Amino acid sequence: MLALPPASQPVPRRQVFVGTAVAGAAGLMLVGGMMATWLQFRADAPVRESAKRGFIKDWMPERIIVPEVAANIMLLGLLVVCVMAQWAVYSAKRNDRTHTGLALGVTALMALAVINAQIFIWTQMGVGARDGAFHSMFYASTGAMTALLLSGLVFTAVASFRYLGGRTKEVELVSAHALYWYFLAAAFCAVWFVIYVQK
Amino acid sequence: MTSIETHLPTDVSASNSAIATWLTSADHKKVGRLFIGSGLVGLVAGLVLAIVVTFERINADSYQILSVDSVPQVLAAVRLLLTFGAVVPLLLGLSIAVVPLQLGARSNAFPRLAAAGFWMWLTGLGIAVASIIGNGGPNGGNSDLVDLYLAGSIVLGLGVLMAATSIAVSVLTTRAPGMGILRAPLFTWSSLVGSLAVILTMPVLIGTTLYVYVDHRYARAGFGGNIGVNQWVGWALSQPFSFLLAIPALGIVLDVVPTIARTRLAQRSVAFGAIGVVCVFALAVVTQTSITLPWEGEKFFDNAGSKIADLLPFLLLNVVPVLGLLGVLGLSLLTLKSAKPVISAPLTFVLIGLLGILLGAAAHIVGLVEDAGLIGSVYEAGVYVPITFGAIAIAFGGICFWGPKLWGRSISDKAATPLALLTLLAIGLDSVPYFVAGFADQPAGLMNGFSYSGPQDLWNALTCAGFVVMLLASIAFIGLALKSFTSGAVAGNDPWDGSTLEWATSSPPPEDNFAGVIVVNSATPLTDSKSASSTGKVA
Repeated sequence: MLALPPASQPVPRRQVFVGTAVAGAAGLMLVGGMMATWLQFRADAPVRESAKRGFIKDWMPERIIVPEVAANIMLLGLLVVCVMAQWAVYSAKRNDRTHTGLALGVTALMALAVINAQIFIWTQMGVGARDGAFHSMFYASTGAMTALLLSGLVFTAVASFRYLGGRTKEVELVSAHALYWYFLAAAFCAVWFVIYVQK
Repeated sequence: MTSIETHLPTDVSASNSAIATWLTSADHKKVGRLFIGSGLVGLVAGLVLAIVVTFERINADSYQILSVDSVPQVLAAVRLLLTFGAVVPLLLGLSIAVVPLQLGARSNAFPRLAAAGFWMWLTGLGIAVASIIGNGGPNGGNSDLVDLYLAGSIVLGLGVLMAATSIAVSVLTTRAPGMGILRAPLFTWSSLVGSLAVILTMPVLIGTTLYVYVDHRYARAGFGGNIGVNQWVGWALSQPFSFLLAIPALGIVLDVVPTIARTRLAQRSVAFGAIGVVCVFALAVVTQTSITLPWEGEKFFDNAGSKIADLLPFLLLNVVPVLGLLGVLGLSLLTLKSAKPVISAPLTFVLIGLLGILLGAAAHIVGLVEDAGLIGSVYEAGVYVPITFGAIAIAFGGICFWGPKLWGRSISDKAATPLALLTLLAIGLDSVPYFVAGFADQPAGLMNGFSYSGPQDLWNALTCAGFVVMLLASIAFIGLALKSFTSGAVAGNDPWDGSTLEWATSSPPPEDNFAGVIVVNSATPLTDSKSASSTGKVA
């Protein structure tokens, strides 16, 4: 007896988008948990007198200078990434392949710039992970954030290849890609405020 | 016109050997069974180690099996194997294997993610256990292997996270047409909330472990070196986190009871609420473990205002989850009351398991009353064991219940039912003596030198006997499952006269699960279909 092939599978309800949202929630918990531990260490640190700012928490060693400009550039860069990712969604919904490709390309370029700024901060600070609790936690926090940024870059590359490779109907993937960058921007806002501003 | 094939085969078994098929398959039924099989191995390993520890405790000066320095490592290995080597893979495996079938889906969401999650979990667990054996782990003497333990824990956590993500997204996106979330089976619902709980808590554990790893490897300045490992990440191996991991088990109870009783679940919407309440408040208490109850004995009524202020968050975080559990138990009993259930292995296992979890959760409340002086004593182990064994018993019930669907053959009901009674005995033997020894101030984490009066040897011998009973029951259960897998009686497609979609397909199901698209009109779609067939109406 010849068996008939099974009926076509019902289209999953925005599976990639929902999966990205769930992954984003997990990533926010990762960064949130790490920032909470950082703040606990900072709160437990003794108080010392600073020449410029009076009495402050003795958490970040005095001799360390954080390149704040680069950190601010990272934040602004991520805001641009979000705009570019949303532009890609806008163009993909209108079946505008050229502008979608351009937007995804600029997204990747800006993401690379953000990662480059992070590497710049590490080299400029010139501290070792072995030098103390602040140092090891600084590298663990910023390293985890950089790993998340790299995963965003990989997501951009996959979205670009799939879309430009001919799957122009897959607007959901481009939307999920934008959602992931929104999550990364939100996570970096927390890192930026806790580690680079409040220190 | 160009068409693109987007439905890739998840199983590459056509031309590969059986081993290669299992190693490379992303079929959710195979991945689920891999989780379950590995979980059973982890359970036996954990119980053997637990027997060594508890045997040593009977009279450590005479036996001297373990060196004093290795005790924290062995205790960590026991908890690691029982929690992340048994409870987690057994419940995750059942969810991955069964939930897509209950949803009427062809596959789980992101099947390769779930398969990768299994291999990452297995690799991470193997690394963590191997590093403990080599003198790593908490309080370990070999610095490199302590690092390896932490790295393995991160890999293990990522694996669990990936599998949980696949389950949660499956429930949210692959339900059959017409199946709103309130029409989904209770195990599907509990798997969703349990997975979301894992997705929200596991990253915090991974982040903390990452801090400890980097600090231990490079600085050893902030996290207490090897001694600090348990202090910072040990919460994942104790209460209330293990309670949170057991949440999917509640759905197994609420699916098994009405099916075996051949009736509908009483107050189905309340059951959804009860599981949700347990999850939300268990999640809250994981984040607020420092909330205890200062009783102050005779001065209980002094400063009543501040006492009430302390009491409210305590009740909310610790008592409400128990009320949710009581709700699950009450609904189960109400359902059984309205029917004439046949005593069977799945029913016995799940009811005993539920009682174990309830006992542990209720005992946890007493353990937090400061005046009782139980914090830091073996009482905590008395809380941990019934919850863990309860979850394992429910998983056994789930395997008896869904095993015939997964591999097409039944597990002998007559042989499995007495094993459920053995797990009840094990729960009693392992929890009650720990409670008594805890009240007598036997400290946790020590092998000897207890300063309390009373029959110390007896309490520790009873707990050892409890672990032996559980080990025997587990080995016998594994033997029964293997026998069923190879030569068990052939089960029909619907051996329990079920009402949900997993029983609507063949046993074992084909690769794509269902031949056609199923449209759901109620919470019991298969019962509707049977009724329509018997009355001659076409659904």
